[in-house]
Amino acid sequence: MSTTLDPVQTQAAANGAAGNGVHPAPAYEPNMVLATRAYDVVGTRPVRHDGADKVTGRALYGADKQMAGLLQGFVLRSPHAHAKIVSIDTSKAEALDGVFAVVTADDLPPAKDKIVDVGEGDTRLAYVHGNVLAKGKTLYKGHAVAAVAATNVHVAEQAAKLIDVKYATLGSSMTAPEAMSSGAALLHDDLKTMEYGQPTDKASNVAQHFQWKIGDSDEGFAKADVVVERTFDTATVHQGYIEPHNATALWNNDGRVHIWTSTQGAFVVRDVTATILEIPVSQIKVTPMEIGGGFGGKIPVYLEPVAALLSKKTGRPVKLVMTRADVLEGTGPTPGSHVSVKIGAVNGGKITAMQGNLAYEAGAYPGSFVAPGGMCIFAAYACENVTVDCYDVVVNKPSSAAYRAPGATQAAFAAEQVIDEIAGKLGIDPIDFRLQNAAKEGSRRVDGPKFRRIGCVEVLEAMQRHPHYGAPLAGPNCGRGVAVGFWFNVGLESSCTLSVNSDGTVNLIEGSTDIGGTRTSIAMQAAEVLGIPAEDINPQVVDTDSVGYTSVTGGSRTTFATGWAAHDAAQKIVDEMKVRAAKLLEADAAGVTHEKGVYSAAGKSVSFREIAAQASRTGGPISASATVKPRGVGGSYAGNIVDVAVDPETGKVDILRFTAVQDVGKAVHPSYVEGQMQGGSAQGIGWALNEEYFMGADGGMQNNTLLDYRMPTALDLPMIDTCIVEVANPGHPYGVRGVGEANIVPPPAAIANAIQNAVGRRLQRLPMNPPAVWQAVANGN
Amino acid sequence: MKKTQVQTIVNGRPVEFLCEPRQSLLEVLRDNLSLTGTKEGCNDGNCGACTVEMDGRIVPSCLVLGVEAEGAQIVTIEGIALGSGLHEVQKAFLEGAALQCGVCTPGFIVATKALLEQNPNPTEHEIRFWLANNLCRCTGYDKIVRSVQAAACRLQEEAPA
Repeated sequence: MSTTLDPVQTQAAANGAAGNGVHPAPAYEPNMVLATRAYDVVGTRPVRHDGADKVTGRALYGADKQMAGLLQGFVLRSPHAHAKIVSIDTSKAEALDGVFAVVTADDLPPAKDKIVDVGEGDTRLAYVHGNVLAKGKTLYKGHAVAAVAATNVHVAEQAAKLIDVKYATLGSSMTAPEAMSSGAALLHDDLKTMEYGQPTDKASNVAQHFQWKIGDSDEGFAKADVVVERTFDTATVHQGYIEPHNATALWNNDGRVHIWTSTQGAFVVRDVTATILEIPVSQIKVTPMEIGGGFGGKIPVYLEPVAALLSKKTGRPVKLVMTRADVLEGTGPTPGSHVSVKIGAVNGGKITAMQGNLAYEAGAYPGSFVAPGGMCIFAAYACENVTVDCYDVVVNKPSSAAYRAPGATQAAFAAEQVIDEIAGKLGIDPIDFRLQNAAKEGSRRVDGPKFRRIGCVEVLEAMQRHPHYGAPLAGPNCGRGVAVGFWFNVGLESSCTLSVNSDGTVNLIEGSTDIGGTRTSIAMQAAEVLGIPAEDINPQVVDTDSVGYTSVTGGSRTTFATGWAAHDAAQKIVDEMKVRAAKLLEADAAGVTHEKGVYSAAGKSVSFREIAAQASRTGGPISASATVKPRGVGGSYAGNIVDVAVDPETGKVDILRFTAVQDVGKAVHPSYVEGQMQGGSAQGIGWALNEEYFMGADGGMQNNTLLDYRMPTALDLPMIDTCIVEVANPGHPYGVRGVGEANIVPPPAAIANAIQNAVGRRLQRLPMNPPAVWQAVANGN
Repeated sequence: MKKTQVQTIVNGRPVEFLCEPRQSLLEVLRDNLSLTGTKEGCNDGNCGACTVEMDGRIVPSCLVLGVEAEGAQIVTIEGIALGSGLHEVQKAFLEGAALQCGVCTPGFIVATKALLEQNPNPTEHEIRFWLANNLCRCTGYDKIVRSVQAAACRLQEEAPA
């Protein structure tokens, strides 16, 4: 039974309200309306606007793009984990009937030495370039080497096999510890370790090492009565979206390029493709098609520049669609990790010191999200003495990409198990122990910032109060575990335009690709301001020529930031409506009041619909745009209570009951908020129990199908209970924090703690699959 | 490659097409017949996104050759809705928020309709077992299973006594 616990929700909202009373809106964010009142639209559950298209098959995803003269392509990929490209001969492929063009890295303009924004951070252009088409060396099995455009995909595939690539294979480094060891094969000759932000002349696979420190952890550990130190490893896993990457491009005869693609960020595709191809951004239009899942993995640009080059060479539109093996071997997995955690506490339960050492596999190019891992690892705790070291390590695996709270899940798997163990040693209930040390407003995170209003305590209290926590366990070899996790969420930039129709409905134009119902959650925020039903808004996600710049759908930001732009645009509409109402009511505009879509002055009133109908007579069309770059981002805490049954004979772990708790600030559309919590939990369960890149001796992925890369099916999971906590974010008009990511952070740790509770064994490596659990039970470790 | 002429019935209407023997039914539906509602997720029968009904059985259309459709009755996602309205399964999926990105949804809806025709009142376990062929990465299945239960209730209420 899905329990959105009303008391908790109400209580949390009340706490938020009280908190806001005590802590008035801070000076850095003026004009904040705090979410202390009931809403008419926000918090309801309308049917999504794109619903009919999505249940009838009419919604057009990237691979559904069809047009006259369309060619189809195929990308040839490296069979070696690490190899020098000696030569590429494309002549046989080009001679094949039905082939129109072949491209390699030589067709790309040489990469300039510059830094580019790739959606959720910056990187060297040469790395983006090199990942799109390998130049000189291939750095992982699956690395794109060449691409063919032909009459159909079968001919293109056949032609790709005729491309003669001579390789000289090189030794490979597959894991962070291996790549960091002396004598490891180096991926990049020119990669020198950045040490504490300073360049060094040390050639290495360690792209970055940095440290954050508050207080003195040695002193803290000296004071502690209990100190636990353990090391944990997690396997490389994939985001696992069901829709493979795709791109269709038309390089038009006037030099303009049009790209249709499934992406989390149409503007990122535009900007990165323009940079790679060295054409102005204004020459590229990107139309974001419906997107079949992303989870961070559809932020990077892979196919778009290649499709564009093929189109330029052929003069025809070209479509590229990845195979599932391409997706698994060529696109962003999330980093495998090697994390040590040491925590000390005194009898009675106060944590005196925390220390973390995180090494993450970036894959072929630097940028493993180890930094957010390091910022989040102890973010649930207020501790005066904390040291965190982070290592960003390149290995011969696909270049890693963001995956839902990138970096935080690996960190929590380590930290939350050590927390659990200390609580056990001190004989304190694990939630009490966390509550006693929980981060609050004013607590300092290891990387510097002091928390604003956060809901860590409220999430823990909701967990403690949840009926699941006190329920009896099912039987022998069953156990219960808890864990919490944190994600910052981001603001970035968004744009929105509203136009009022004469029938009283409103067209809403925005640029955030909708992965999980955000058209509706954005429309609802405009509807709330306008005092009209959500159904009267018609939200559309449009191309990069048709809306202002909008950053990626990522960082749990879309409902937060694009919704905010919709809110602001709607405020402008209300202001204009007052002017129009004044004319209709023959009153002074300053005297017009607005309440729930009714505009009144001097005892008379006129409705939104009536004003819309009279717009032409009162001054013309009514339309408004707004852009935002919000600073009031509110971090989100999530917690899990999970019951498992361990079969000691096979090592199989069944999830018996799973409760996901999360502070979302304000749930704009509670059904889709629950859906995010359930989906993140399911991904976390897969990460915990099954999912893994099995790497062969040749450095290739051995399980590159969805049969062998086994994600949870309906049969593997129970219902996932949700408990929405709403500690209003004082930085957002409705108190929204964002819900997309924090929910994936605690599951692996909570499940590990449950296994420990069930069979007395602490699993220190993901996945905790049957062989690993069986071995732990059998060997006693 | 030489093409073969195939006569079949798609969504209740006779359809004729030419296809290469190596083309899958999925590819034919999408590229030859423009029925792009059926999705490709893996092309090896492991994700269920391309599920269609063929002669009363659900099959992954990526594992069926186009030429095998000769003389068959095929129902795709485009054939589920009744006229301009929606099927109860489609309505239940919308009202129950059983989709997020929606790319697996056509396969789930085709599979669910077949389940409920065969077993009008399935248990939660029966639903999960039946739908284990269909991968969804967004929802965690909770709202899908509940929406199937809701659709089953409604279809039973509607069924003639």
